[in-house]
Order: sequence, then C-alpha cells, then structure tokens
Amino acid sequence: MVDSSSFWSEKFRNIEERNKNEDPQYKKWKKEVLEKWNPGSEEKEFTNSSGIPIKELYVPGDLDGDINERLGYPGTFPFTRGIYPDMYRGRLWTMRMFSGFGTPEDTNRRLKYLIQHGESGLSIAFDMPTLYGYDCNNERAEGEVGKCGVNVSTLKDMEILFDGIDLGNVSTSMTINAPAIVLLAMYMAVAKKQGVPLDRISGTVQADILKEYIAQKEWIFPPEVHLRMIRDMMVFCTEKAPRWNYISISGYHIREAGASAVQELAFTLADGFHYVEMGLDAGLSADDFAPRLSFFFNSSINFFEEIAKMRAARRIWATVLKEKYGARNPRTMMLKFHTQTSGYTLTWQQPLNNIIRTTIEAMAGVLGGTQSLHTNSYDEAWALPSEKAVKVALRTQQIIAEESGIADTVDPLGGSYYLEWLTDEMEKQAYSYFDRIEKAGGILKAIKTGYIQKEIANTSYKRQLRIEEGKEIMVGANKYVEENEPPIKILRISKKAQLSQRKRLNDILASRDQDKVRRSLERLEDAMKDESVNLMPYMIEAVESYATIEEISNIGRRLYGGWKEPVIV
Amino acid sequence: MAAGKNLSLFKDKPVKVLLAKPGIDGHDRGMFVLAKAFRDAGMDVLYAGLLPTPEEVVDTAINEDVDVIALSLLNGAHLVVFKKVADLMKKRGIDDIAIVGGGTIPDADKPKLEKLGITGNYGPGTPLKTIIEHIIMRAEEARSRKLGIA
Repeated sequence: MVDSSSFWSEKFRNIEERNKNEDPQYKKWKKEVLEKWNPGSEEKEFTNSSGIPIKELYVPGDLDGDINERLGYPGTFPFTRGIYPDMYRGRLWTMRMFSGFGTPEDTNRRLKYLIQHGESGLSIAFDMPTLYGYDCNNERAEGEVGKCGVNVSTLKDMEILFDGIDLGNVSTSMTINAPAIVLLAMYMAVAKKQGVPLDRISGTVQADILKEYIAQKEWIFPPEVHLRMIRDMMVFCTEKAPRWNYISISGYHIREAGASAVQELAFTLADGFHYVEMGLDAGLSADDFAPRLSFFFNSSINFFEEIAKMRAARRIWATVLKEKYGARNPRTMMLKFHTQTSGYTLTWQQPLNNIIRTTIEAMAGVLGGTQSLHTNSYDEAWALPSEKAVKVALRTQQIIAEESGIADTVDPLGGSYYLEWLTDEMEKQAYSYFDRIEKAGGILKAIKTGYIQKEIANTSYKRQLRIEEGKEIMVGANKYVEENEPPIKILRISKKAQLSQRKRLNDILASRDQDKVRRSLERLEDAMKDESVNLMPYMIEAVESYATIEEISNIGRRLYGGWKEPVIV
Repeated sequence: MAAGKNLSLFKDKPVKVLLAKPGIDGHDRGMFVLAKAFRDAGMDVLYAGLLPTPEEVVDTAINEDVDVIALSLLNGAHLVVFKKVADLMKKRGIDDIAIVGGGTIPDADKPKLEKLGITGNYGPGTPLKTIIEHIIMRAEEARSRKLGIA
C-alpha cells in the first residue's frame, strides 16, 4: 500500500493544476461579446448542491491534459464512460422496484406477481423492528409491525416470504443492515431447505454499517462488532457463496440525510475503501473479493451534477483500487451501482409534480451509467406508495428505456465540456475530502467523533435556510404555492399484520425445540466472544433452530451494549 | 394568545424544547435542522438521541423542566407512539409541558392527535418560521401554567 495522505493530496493537486482555463479565445469572447451583451452577468451566482460555482460557458480550455486518458473507452479503465463496452444496447439496466409491506404472506404475493410479470430481480424492504433486531412482539414494535416493510422475526417468516420462489433462479436484494448477517443466514437456511446449494444463490444484503452511523442510524452494537460481522460474511461468501454480494456500499442515505453530491460521493467511497482494507486485513487480496462490492447512489434533481458524480465515482474507484490496493483484474476496478431517485426532493404539496422530478432524476441515473434503478412514486412524501403511483414510477423507466433514445448509445453526454469539467471537479473535491478524512484519523474515527455527521448536518441546515429564503426553489413548496389542495389517496397498512405476526411468533415460541435453541445460542455466544471465529455457520445454526432475530441480537447487546452517537448539534 | 405577545415570560429563561423520536425510527435529518433553527431562534434545545422510549422522553422532559416536547416520526407509527407519550404525561399529572408533533402525518390523523393535545403535526415542506411560531405559542401556554398565571 502507498502512503495515504500523499496519495490523496497528489491526486487532488494533479486535477487542480490541470484545469486552469487559459484559453485566450474564451477570454476574448467574455470581454468583447458576453460583457457587452449582458453587463451584469458576473453578479448573479449559480451553484450546485456541492457549492461548486457554475460558469456561463465551458470550452475546450476547461479540459486540459489528455481527456482520452481520463475517459477511457467503455468497458476499459478507468471506466468513466461505463463499465460495459455496449452498456444498455446489450442489456438495459435492471428495473428493480423496492417493495415490502405487512406480513410475509403479503410480500410473497407481491414478489410472485413481479416474477410473473418478468422480473427476476427481487428487492425487499423490511419493517423498522426487523431493521433494529427486535421481534414483532416486543413492546417497542407496537404500531410498527409491517409498516415500512415486511416483518421477519424467525426463519418461519422467511420460509413464507420465499414460498414457491426458487432461490436458485432469482436474485434477491435485501435492504437490511445491522442484522444483515441474521437475514443472510435465514436466506441460506431457506435455500438449503429448497435443496439449492449456496454457490447458486445470488443477491445482495445492504450490510453497509458505516453509512448507518453516518446517516440512516440503524445500528444495534458499537461499530467494531458490526464490522466483524461484515468481515465474516465477506470471508464466508467469498468461499462458499461466490455469487452473493455481502455488501452494498450506500450513498443514498447519506444524501437523504442532507449531504451534498460531493459529500455523498466522498463519504461513500471512503466507506468503500474501509471495507477493502478490512478484506485485505482478513488476508484476502483485492481481486479475491472486491469484484463483489457494489454501490448504491442517490440521483437527485441537479441533472448534470448527478451524472458527473456517477462518472467521477467510477473513475476514482478504478484508479484507487488499481494504484492503492493492488487490483490487477479489471473486474475488481469496475464500480457497479444501483440508483434510486431522491426522496428528499419530492414535495408533499402538488404531488403530481413529483413524477416530473423523478423522471429527471431517473434520466440522470441512466446517463450516469447505472446498473439498476428504482424510481420513487409521486405519493412517497406522504406514505408508502399506492399501487397506482408505483405503476407510474415503473412506466417512467420504461419510457426512458424504450421511447427516449437515451439508451441507444453509450455515455451520450461524454465529451460535453460542461459535464467533463464537472466530472473532474467532483473528482477533485472528493480527493480533497479523502485527504481530510485521512487527517481526521480515517473514516471510522471521523464517524465516531461525529466529523462526518456534522459536515452533513451543516450542509443540510444551510440548504434548508436557502429554501426558506427562496434562494433555492422547490416548485409548489416555496414558489407557485397553492392554497387548500385536496388530499390525495394514500396507502394505509392495517393493524392485521401486527396481530397475525405476533400470533405466528407465539406459536413458534411454543412449538420449537427449546433445548436446541438454547444450545445453538450458547454456541453462537461462544463464537462471538472469539474474534478469530467466523460467525456465519453459528448464525445459520441458530436461525435453523428458530431462534428469533431479537434473541440472536440480544447476545451482542449483552456482550457489547449499544452505541451512543456523538453529539452533533 | 398570538405567538410572541408574551415574550416577557421567557426573559429569565428562554423557551426550552426537547426534540424526540420516540419510535423505532432513525430519520433524524429534520430533527437536526429543527435543533439548529430553534437554537438560532434563541431557544434552549435538547435532543433525546436515537430510539428513546416514550418513558425516557417523558422522564427527560420532566427532569429538564422543558416547555415543549417536539415529537417527530416518519415511520407511520405516530398514532400509537405519540399517544403513548401523551398518555404518560397525563398519567403523571403533567399539564405544564406542551406536546407538538411533526413528520409524515396524513391529514386524516391530525384531528386524532389534536384530541390528545398534540398540536402542529406539520408535514414535510413546512416553513421553519411556521414551526417556530407554533412552538413559541405552545411554550407560552406551558410557561404560563408553570408560573401559575394561566
């Protein structure tokens, strides 16, 4: 490994020194044409979410140096223009609509419906109790069971969730973080019951705990305990389930928590580098495991900024994996990612306008070269989406894919002076952040001290003030406002889910082999106490005995306690 | 009483607010924005941290002698969880601490919450000014009760 701090600062300096526009023709045009046309043009400021000032025009002089070298051809290093040679001409992105609500039966019906309509990529949302490792009968789960996703307390729920779905034939993305290892163990247990060998299951658990401490705030234990569980999934899957993506490194939530595009880019990739270093520390080489790392980005409303962010992300990842972490295999250097349009940009007011916002954001995701895409529904500022709204969101993707012509050629915006300059600029600012994070003691320390969270909270508050002052516009919310809008029809989750989940859990608790449960939990506890042991087999044994997600999580709660976040406001 | 009419109530001790998300919900962006905005508006602000129980929220509010508890949830559990906080306050006989709410609260739920004494119940996109004025109004009621001048 190379010395980190000088690595980051050198990258930063290279870009900064390169793109100085000294083009005499541009200067002449500015003075003789622009200033005469509009004498006040210099006064009005244009900036994007990252605070980058946007000039009135970009010209070849803004892109010094060898542009071909930093673009590469699609499918070749540094993958700025896309990770595949033919991109969407060969295969469209996966339209992966996130779904999950109520009981496992409810969600199982929805999954089967999607499969019948040609979907092979499932994407499952879990409810809050599951996400925090509580059983549905915990007092705290009152009113929350099945609300924001499907509830899973034991393996029984998982068996019902995937009933009649061949796990050897679908890929399943599970948005689960703190208890990811438990849900993965359950998924593997269901596969075993179906007779599907582990090397045939494919899918993803999100499992990106660093961004939980930064943004989504769904943790159970202190960071080191979760990181050890990620390491164990990484090592176990590399060996036994090579088609399983044990982590999806996520910027989405960082952005939704208030970060700018550059902050999303920098903090997400910094998390990614931390996971790479963890794998290296566990004795793997980057080429062994890094091809299975994938990313998840937000696509927000500033069109070019988002596209530039995604292109910069690919270039940085490829460069750093190659130059810093010793990757040799091009697949290791490819940054694959899922995109979701921004929830934050949706307004509660005049909800139909959200269809347009989502369309712009989805186009940015496609032009940014995403591998899969979820489009939000217009009613999501209000509640979980109604069926009607979900359909419009899916149709939005289909129109972009099959009518707009955007997918007809690879990276159609490549070579745009503005976009290429902005891609360089995002890259430069990300390198500057990596350097600052390094100097703050690395990403884990920067999270524990609250440095990252404070950076985000400051950006978020500044943006809110700009919205309040009308400097930043949200149509329908702070401009073109309408009084007395009629309410829209939204989806409501009935209380039945909670009742039936609690009944099922009580039945399981009464009928399972208690000795087996106790023994498996004891063995898991012993394994947890020994850092060098891989927890995965013990997790599988525990879930197979029908130990609950809360019983399993309680072992760690007892041994390590929870985690109190640093004060950031 | 119109907001701000009786600011002398807060001459010696500014409006004190406890921000809390008493359910299983980590969506805290709005909380942090409000914390900063309330502080900039001269209030004394406390944040209850991640996943406090309704009991913890009520204990903190009483021990810290706040004027207002500002609750937020974006997970759909407001009818159950906000109610738990209001019930606990009632059970303990506390009437000099006001409760306000916010989050993704459908219009149809607002009258139900108001019946419990939980007011505001603002959704996304509400101007900070509206929220601050409402907090001050409710704080005036609470403070008047505390001082026995209601």
